[in-house]
Amino acid sequence: MKTNNLSILLKRLTSPPGLSGYEESIAREVEALWKPLVDHLSRNRLGSVLGFRAGSGESPRPCLMMVAHQDAIGLMVSGIKEGFLRLTEIGGVDQRILPGQLVQVHGKRTLPAVVVQPPPFLLPPEAQEGSVPLSYLWADTGLEEKEVRRWIQIGDPVSFNRNYVELGSDVVCSPSLDNRASLCALTLCLQELQARKHAWDIWAVASTQEEETLGGAATSAFQVQPDLAVVIDVTHASGPGSPAHKTYPLGKGITLGWGPTVHPKLYEVFKELAEKLEIPFKMEAMPRYSGTDADRLQTIAEGIPTMVISIPLRYMHTPVEMVSKKDIQRAARLLAEFAASLEIDFMVKIQWDETPKP
Amino acid sequence: MKELLKTLVEIPAPSGYESQVRNQIREWIEPLVDEMRVDSLGNLVAVRKQTDAPRLMLVAHMDEIGLMVTHVDQQGFARFVALGGVMPIHCVGGRVRFLNGVQGVIGVEKNPTSSEIPPLEKMFIDVGASSAEDCPIRIGDVAVFDRSFVDLGKRVVSKAMDDRVGVAVLIEALRRIEKSAFEMYYVFSVQEEVGVRGATVAAFGVEPDLGLAIDVTATGDTPKGHRMEVRLGKGPAIKIRDAGMLADPRVIQWMVQTAERARIPYQREILEFGGTDARAIQLSRSGVPAGVLSIPCRYVHAPSEMVDMEDVENAVKLLINLLQTAPNLERPK
Amino acid sequence: MGRNTETLNQPTITPEQIRVLEKLCNAVAVSGNETEVRRLVMDQIKPTVQEMRIDALGNLLAFQKKESRKPLRVMVAAHLDEVGFMLTSEEDKEEGIYRFELVGGIDPRWLAGKPVQVGTERRKGVIGCKAIHLTTAEERRNPFTVEALRVDLGGGGKAKVGDWGTFATPFQKIGGSIRAKALDNRIGVATAIELLKYEYPALDLLVAFTVQEEVGLRGAKVAAHALNPDLAIVLDCTPAYDLPLQVEDSFYPLENERYNTRLGYGAAIYLSDRATISDPRLVAHFVRTAEKMGIAYQFRQAGGGATDAGAIHLQRAGIPSISISVPGRYLHTPASLVRIADWENTLRLVYHALQSLSVDVLQTER
Repeated sequence: MKTNNLSILLKRLTSPPGLSGYEESIAREVEALWKPLVDHLSRNRLGSVLGFRAGSGESPRPCLMMVAHQDAIGLMVSGIKEGFLRLTEIGGVDQRILPGQLVQVHGKRTLPAVVVQPPPFLLPPEAQEGSVPLSYLWADTGLEEKEVRRWIQIGDPVSFNRNYVELGSDVVCSPSLDNRASLCALTLCLQELQARKHAWDIWAVASTQEEETLGGAATSAFQVQPDLAVVIDVTHASGPGSPAHKTYPLGKGITLGWGPTVHPKLYEVFKELAEKLEIPFKMEAMPRYSGTDADRLQTIAEGIPTMVISIPLRYMHTPVEMVSKKDIQRAARLLAEFAASLEIDFMVKIQWDETPKP
Repeated sequence: MKELLKTLVEIPAPSGYESQVRNQIREWIEPLVDEMRVDSLGNLVAVRKQTDAPRLMLVAHMDEIGLMVTHVDQQGFARFVALGGVMPIHCVGGRVRFLNGVQGVIGVEKNPTSSEIPPLEKMFIDVGASSAEDCPIRIGDVAVFDRSFVDLGKRVVSKAMDDRVGVAVLIEALRRIEKSAFEMYYVFSVQEEVGVRGATVAAFGVEPDLGLAIDVTATGDTPKGHRMEVRLGKGPAIKIRDAGMLADPRVIQWMVQTAERARIPYQREILEFGGTDARAIQLSRSGVPAGVLSIPCRYVHAPSEMVDMEDVENAVKLLINLLQTAPNLERPK
Repeated sequence: MGRNTETLNQPTITPEQIRVLEKLCNAVAVSGNETEVRRLVMDQIKPTVQEMRIDALGNLLAFQKKESRKPLRVMVAAHLDEVGFMLTSEEDKEEGIYRFELVGGIDPRWLAGKPVQVGTERRKGVIGCKAIHLTTAEERRNPFTVEALRVDLGGGGKAKVGDWGTFATPFQKIGGSIRAKALDNRIGVATAIELLKYEYPALDLLVAFTVQEEVGLRGAKVAAHALNPDLAIVLDCTPAYDLPLQVEDSFYPLENERYNTRLGYGAAIYLSDRATISDPRLVAHFVRTAEKMGIAYQFRQAGGGATDAGAIHLQRAGIPSISISVPGRYLHTPASLVRIADWENTLRLVYHALQSLSVDVLQTER
């Protein structure tokens, strides 16, 4: 896989805002990219993109669902006062990163704005010290109130300015790498599968609303009822201020999840494959929840054996997220290998135990 | 509509124990629908059939917040926990009415070191008993706030506006509508206040194509109140988001266009806390596009909640109009 | 409290059952890793069920009869998992010192200075803490946090990141009580095993030994979806905070009013917890049964906590549910305590309730 191709792909995927609940812009991009890579494209009722590839095994074939959420965090206009915009969050946004951020307000027209923090004398006493809470910040479009009200209304999504930067030969910095980096890996995986046979049916899912309700993946899983699911998301890379024991170095490999959310036999399979392919990885202990779409997927309908693989990402949920291109490639390769190597009777192999015969 | 609302709000029916209000609703709507059933959690599901039409689930919750007794002490005072979001600040000095008719007063322990509002654990209900033996209530008994309906003219006040006003809107719409563009499922749900539980199972059973909840929303128009734009008297609110859900943009568009076409005043609502039954519908099965028609309400979850009758009437109008045209569920721009 | 002839053929707690409970409690099965206990249960129920199935999450589903013929399908659920911890980071391989995180709700203030066991090999170790001589008064005022504590397995490399562990408390019968770890919920499991030994002519009994209850009622959710019963009874173990009050008032006689349940007062019937409002029709049925059979019972105080019923009752189009628990002190700590009499009453109450269940119970509306 050429890194050039990856850069272009990643830039395309990080360009659309696609905030949770308003994923149309990224969904169209995903559909355009996946069209040549799948047999059938559709949308689930909550907007997730579903790409279906038929397997080569004998019918009835089991099916694998691979999920990467396409939505991104951002803000939303919650009020307009004297031409200034009040803001609320979509997904988890640390208000401390907001003062000075350049944003786009997606109203009847898309207008640029900057998020600003008022001077203390314009704030009530409880908001003067420490970091100013989101409900006291403003977005300033630079326009007069009349103009503002002409183009903007309550409920308009507000995204961080796009700013895709390559740092050195391997690292990319951009908003929305959570989770477009994973979407990139999933797309690369589909590209690789074009040249490979796979016995199982495969559903690639770009899910919606992960950052708010995990709803896009959960409802897609109910619709598809897969036999297995693999979730690709991002995890915390080590960096300034982050504890070493809870983070993973950038560019040194991906993580394989382990814990109640993950089926232990799936972990074993992924581990063996990674070792075989010489893909560096670490076990990511998830003692309770994974913090990904897997948390809802696992308990859909009669239960779905689930796996979580993650790409280390630094400065998560800020506009300056960073990932390693090598790590994206590693994730893509491991996914493709897993999908291609699934034997038609794999489900028997991951049974928890033999039950005694009557 | 004031009479309808008055009757509804005064019935005691806390989460999990909604049968009294359900019986009243059933009596009113039975002649107006084709089919009615009560499901395993107690939801009342009423159907107006229509073939070749998308299935719309409308839901308003029957339950109100309440209290359950956990212990009666030797002197006859009862300790309690909340059923739903009962705020301590609204309990101090309040009156309650149990489902068995007993009435009581909420008292508070004194706190010598702080003047902050104490938590519910430091409160108790006094029904005027002198011992555990002669106390007419016991562990497990449930109660609601005891405040009657007050007509202030343009505005009305009562406990349980949340969500009896939604129930009233649904009933009124049922009474006035003759035809609609949908197969209609009117659901009067249970246990919304403890986690949208009724709607969760009702949605699974109904399998709608589209879902709309009718519930109250808070307002930002009281002194140093919530920091939000919705105001009493400015029309029903079209929910954009709350803490539980992002309303489907196609549903929002449908609601906005309908309101503008019918010249009904409306507000765009963002609520930074709380959730509604619509969330349960949205996440049901393979997903359902969902939204909320909100009725602005001051002092939500207090014993005296206030709504504006014009907002209520406009909500009914908007709902009736919405039922005339199905939304375009093609992808948005 | 008259006993009638129906009670003659009822379950009792025998030394054999206590031995089974001992095996169950001493086994290690933290949420996500229930294999050991699941195997013990399979072994125990083999002679009493016609079919067993393990689903995608690891739930053990047991069917008394292969073919379902009765008009009433009743699901009984008991969770297999216990609370514990997982090793999350190796701090010193040679010394065998690990960071860990809790699995399930454990109050960290009970952890310091306790023996633990880790991994499928049950490596013995401890959660230690600095000697008191090396602490200051200031330090001792602050509780230990999980971040500050470590699991110490002694000389290196015997465990790895991802291993599960739990307390190493051995099971012990003390007079009319039992002290062990994981009574929540091995006592519920033992009760379900016992119930499967009897016949229930009017219903189909489906027993789900569920996984991952302590991390979000996960197993029960999918088990209920698959079984889709007419109603569900959840067997669990619930806290008893019936210790002496240590607050006094010379004007008003204070009582312990937040005991949740009390040891010695019988089977605990749930009215409402954080996740479920029990179906009142089932509550009425259990109360009637207890009164008729002269079985000691109490109401668990409403408020916090959750059982598998929280997930079960919201599955599909709704499943009327109730939870019945054995009261236990010090649950989710190294050593829990139950009274054998309470266990026996719980077992008997559920047995008789099952015997007298019929479709009539759900005829009235909720």
